[in-house]
Amino acid sequence: MSKIKGFLANKKNHSFIIPIIAILLGFLFGSLIMVLSGLNPIDLFVSLVRAVTGIDISNIGTGKKIFNARYIGEYFVYVMPLVLTGLSAAFAFRTGLFNIGGEGQVVVGAFFATYVGLTFDLPGFLLLPAVILAGALGGALWGFIPGILKAKFNVSEVVVTIMLNYIGMYSTNYFLKQLPGSTNTKTAEIPQAGLLSSDFLAGITNNSRLHYGFIIVIIAVFIFWFVIEKTTFGYELKSVGYNPLASKYAGMKVERNAALSMTIAGAFAGLAGAILVSGTFGYGRVINSFENYGFDGLAVALIGNSTGLGTFLGALLFGALKAAQPIMQINRIPRDIAIIIISSIVVFIAMRNGIKMKLDKIKVKEVEK
Amino acid sequence: MKRKSLAVLLVSVLTMSILLTACGSSNAGDTAVDFSAGLVTDIGGIDDKSFNQGTWEGLEVFSEKTGADINYLQSEEDADYEPNLSAFADEGADLIVAPGFLFQDAMKEASSNFPEQNFLVIDTVVDAPNVASALFAEHEGSFLVGAAAALKAQEAGKDTVGFIGGVDSEAIQKFEAGFEAGVSAVDSNMNILIEYAGAFDNAQTGQALAARMYDQGAYAIYHAAGGTGNGLIREARERRANGEDVWAIGVDRDQYEDGIYDGDKSAVLTSMLKRVDTASYEVAKLTLDGEFPGGELLTFDLANEGVALPENNPNLSDEIVEKVQEFIPQITSGELEISPVPLRVQEEE
Repeated sequence: MSKIKGFLANKKNHSFIIPIIAILLGFLFGSLIMVLSGLNPIDLFVSLVRAVTGIDISNIGTGKKIFNARYIGEYFVYVMPLVLTGLSAAFAFRTGLFNIGGEGQVVVGAFFATYVGLTFDLPGFLLLPAVILAGALGGALWGFIPGILKAKFNVSEVVVTIMLNYIGMYSTNYFLKQLPGSTNTKTAEIPQAGLLSSDFLAGITNNSRLHYGFIIVIIAVFIFWFVIEKTTFGYELKSVGYNPLASKYAGMKVERNAALSMTIAGAFAGLAGAILVSGTFGYGRVINSFENYGFDGLAVALIGNSTGLGTFLGALLFGALKAAQPIMQINRIPRDIAIIIISSIVVFIAMRNGIKMKLDKIKVKEVEK
Repeated sequence: MKRKSLAVLLVSVLTMSILLTACGSSNAGDTAVDFSAGLVTDIGGIDDKSFNQGTWEGLEVFSEKTGADINYLQSEEDADYEPNLSAFADEGADLIVAPGFLFQDAMKEASSNFPEQNFLVIDTVVDAPNVASALFAEHEGSFLVGAAAALKAQEAGKDTVGFIGGVDSEAIQKFEAGFEAGVSAVDSNMNILIEYAGAFDNAQTGQALAARMYDQGAYAIYHAAGGTGNGLIREARERRANGEDVWAIGVDRDQYEDGIYDGDKSAVLTSMLKRVDTASYEVAKLTLDGEFPGGELLTFDLANEGVALPENNPNLSDEIVEKVQEFIPQITSGELEISPVPLRVQEEE
């Protein structure tokens, strides 16, 4: 018993114990809600396992198909944009800024990517990189505006990014409709050379929409980690995040860093827009309402404690919950209950600090003895 | 002590879950027939008072009558359409239904990935051997409300009616053409004001257009503009509440309730019903009987009551309703042909 206590009290272990406890509590609470509403909590886990691994536990022993690789493919289609919008929110968090504008940066990035994909007459091997970079550029532009307003005039980035979401969505809707071949709901198809989609990946995952976007996602996670952990610039950003006044006193350019941080955060979200266009759909879409990629990114960054790897893991978890939701619906768990469960799990995970305080108390008692 | 109560709680939760598991499994698979139908909705969900709801209600009636198993999946974003269709296909649903032209691409993909499964798509055409496409003869239904509007205007001694469309596209022009034909069939001298709002979700524009048309003397205005049409109904409600004699005409479902302004008085004269519930019910029934109309284009028109007037029309006199209904056999017999293209477009061509 005391060994366990010692293990729990050891600060070195906290970095992984706390998220695990938080996730377990979240699932426990979710199960409790299911029991209270007369549902079988085991269905939650069956759905999750099926969404992530494609293995349908409830079919074992019934002679029905147990494994379906399509779910794995679709799971990663869910996860990819979440990692990128998560990195976007995390990058801004690190500098002490709230990037609520992921939503707008995604749609502007998606528009830039669509525009380049449809109108640039580039040789085949250049088109795809151009589409992806255009997406990052579009997002960066939409992050730069609140960044520069914050730096020059100290305008709250929260207000500006929220409003830019609407400006971004409605103006890109207008421009998307003007592109040649567009209908009221979507643009023409982007040429094959500009697409991330792959018959090979679709083939090995039973016709899912899995695409090469995961390579971009992995590179993005690496860049995030490298900039934040290994460069002077990243160190300055973190320092500004901890204490802007002290950083200023130490001679750092706090304003310039804020503008740059928002721009880079925007670029990550813009990449999410680019892979949605170039990977998931293959054309630009006129959307009527926000699709929550950006907002979900905030939750993902919180789960991941705003580190690169943490955000990646957070997106894996969040994506699993999202991907499990339709399966829960098919298993007759009402959509509302499914959403309540998923949201409560996220709430518990966000309560990490509380768990940390509890763990710290264990140590205090030990010392008293 | 605290720890003990927590343990008790945990144990009881576990026991409950095991007991409930037992209950759950004994209930499963008790349906009267071995048939399941799945509906995938767009982000609207099955209580959207429109398309999704209508389609679901058709399946509900089907389930009540046959004991078939029905279920639905609500999409959270466009990216969900295809996986949701595939999810039902994986479950081996006997019929998978998707309402709306937004599903066109996803339906094309899903139906080719699951050639063994039967699909129904409403309001758009997907050319695949395992997809049935349901279209509606909106121009025929619109003819009836056009005739009703003209008769009511004549009764009040007015000479102008109006039409508000959502987006000027072929799909909406069908409503315009039918309405126009219906009005002219009653009184070829009646003026018809035509406006397009350019959006289906802009009630403000709808209300502004309606106000202008009423000011220009329109007596009754018909809309095919989704949420934009709510602005028309609001304007009609306000004007009637102020004692003006003007009317709005609803679309897709009976919008009488939406127009209520005083007690049970409504500003909605009548509505053009588009019976998506009939479509989902009929196709489910055919599929159950082993006659799934794969690869076919099903038309729902006046003849099979896919489009119709509401059963009760408190704002229309029996005389008008009778006169309007006299047109129905003429249309279904082919004696009276209604073009789905409005005159103004025909002239351009």
